[in-house]
Amino acid sequence: MPLSREDVLHVAYLARLGLTEEEVELFREQLSRVLDHFQQLQQLDTAAIPPTAQVTVLSNVFDEDVPRPSMDVEDVLLNAPRREENYFRVPAVLEG
Amino acid sequence: MAEELYRLTVARAAELLARREISSVELTRACLERILQVDNLVRSFVTVTPELAEEQAQEADRRIAAGEAGPLTGIPMALKDVICTRGVLTTCSSRMLENFVPPYDATVTRRLREAGAVLLGKTNMDEFAMGSSTENSAFFPTRNPWDLERVPGGSSGGSAAAVAADECLFALGSDTGGSIRQPAALCGIVGLKPTYGRVSRYGLVAFASSLDQIGPLTKDVTDCALVMQVIAGHDPADSTSANVPVPDYRAALTGDIRGLRVGVPKEYFVAGMQPEVEACVREAIAQLGRLGAEIEEISLPHTDYALATYYIIAPAEASSNLARYDGVKYGYSALDKDDLWEAYSATRQYGFGPEVKRRIMLGTYALSSGYYDAYYVKAQKVRTLIKQDFDQAFERVDVVATPTSPTVAFRLGEKTQDPLQMYLSDVCTLPINIAGIAGISIPCGFAGGLPVGLQLIGKPFDESTLLRVAYAYEQSTTFHRERPKLG
Repeated sequence: MPLSREDVLHVAYLARLGLTEEEVELFREQLSRVLDHFQQLQQLDTAAIPPTAQVTVLSNVFDEDVPRPSMDVEDVLLNAPRREENYFRVPAVLEG
Repeated sequence: MAEELYRLTVARAAELLARREISSVELTRACLERILQVDNLVRSFVTVTPELAEEQAQEADRRIAAGEAGPLTGIPMALKDVICTRGVLTTCSSRMLENFVPPYDATVTRRLREAGAVLLGKTNMDEFAMGSSTENSAFFPTRNPWDLERVPGGSSGGSAAAVAADECLFALGSDTGGSIRQPAALCGIVGLKPTYGRVSRYGLVAFASSLDQIGPLTKDVTDCALVMQVIAGHDPADSTSANVPVPDYRAALTGDIRGLRVGVPKEYFVAGMQPEVEACVREAIAQLGRLGAEIEEISLPHTDYALATYYIIAPAEASSNLARYDGVKYGYSALDKDDLWEAYSATRQYGFGPEVKRRIMLGTYALSSGYYDAYYVKAQKVRTLIKQDFDQAFERVDVVATPTSPTVAFRLGEKTQDPLQMYLSDVCTLPINIAGIAGISIPCGFAGGLPVGLQLIGKPFDESTLLRVAYAYEQSTTFHRERPKLG
């Protein structure tokens, strides 16, 4: 079941991933082959098998609700590509 | 000094340091000198930190003089560049994080620092730990010290090559589908992937959160035990970290494996495996028998499905984890665009390399509407079956023995055009991550002058038994003492 060009562009859009024309074609071909390989899993009857998301026996790990200092603001902003005062600067998302 | 200091094991160096026959400063300088001498050939390091190393070595010497030394105090080591180091560049070998300086230490970094280990630098890797050859580094490929035309394996190829080339006494790597064990095998050293939850992942840049583990790459099994002792244990900062007591790993190194039951799964000796590799591994298993272990053939019937299962689950988790690279808080940014959607897309187009993009695409597809049940949920169900295979096997045997990789180190460029061929390089290691259990690779011979690894697989949180078997085997062979000729 080969992917179409539109499939590739749709997935790239979902992932917010810009692709060149060459990458679209390359991934279309490569991902089609990998997905073909995945078809192998359909041979297994898993109707009665529960899914495993993680292998620890842990669930709902809680911490004591104790106040403690947060990371220093300068540390938080240390790697900010664009900074304005104590904020990360981003393009406007709302009109007007 | 008759011995070249950089060739020392951790255990031997610690003895000499404790007896004040050498200083950490001398040892550290010897390693830095070695890096200068051979790293232009091997290219293990993305960043070398000579000033920091000198400072930490001096501090270690003070601690040793004050009688406050532990087994890793003053020992020079390297960290894979996916492990956060406060104030030291952590790039994940990606353009996305080329200039990223973490504001905090990973828990393993902190533990090693507190133990007095000396950081020499950060090692090269496949970008975001995605790959099996270190060719996916955005900066440069690392080369195998045994043959510079061949890959060191991956994704912790820089860490494995650095240890094999005697550029450091030990290194840490991370292993999501084999990324510690496969390069350890291809470089002729010891590499352990601990049980999921055994070592804190806090400060490990996330790839696939239900599979990732940090572990040691060392020159021998004793060193592996010494490093594990420091990095293992519960950490409240990682909610998947297990609150399970950490035993004395060195106490497990008895050399006695009489009566221990070793299972050999027939599914791991498959077509596509190099006959010389199979021969070495079969001989190693026979040696375990001669040492008194009981060898029996077992079956792990869902092994054939592990590759597909892994390459759905790992990319799915990666596509979610890597959504954080939006150019806003850190990392490469194309936010000079006026439109936010365009800015995201341009940031990620430039910041990620081809394999990372391929996996984000694959993972996003597997999680997308209409395909979620057919791919992602299906893979999670098969994950249950693969885990049950191991649960059942461990009712009969104490450890499972297999090859680590079906081949020896391959040539640079040999598999870069064919993702599936590259993925097959981890076919023997990734089921262990899927099941969340522990696996170690140890040297078990040479094929055409290139190292071969034996993988031992253990029950959850039973790294001690793995180390015990690995040590007994190692003590009866000399493969771990062989070193590549370089420089």
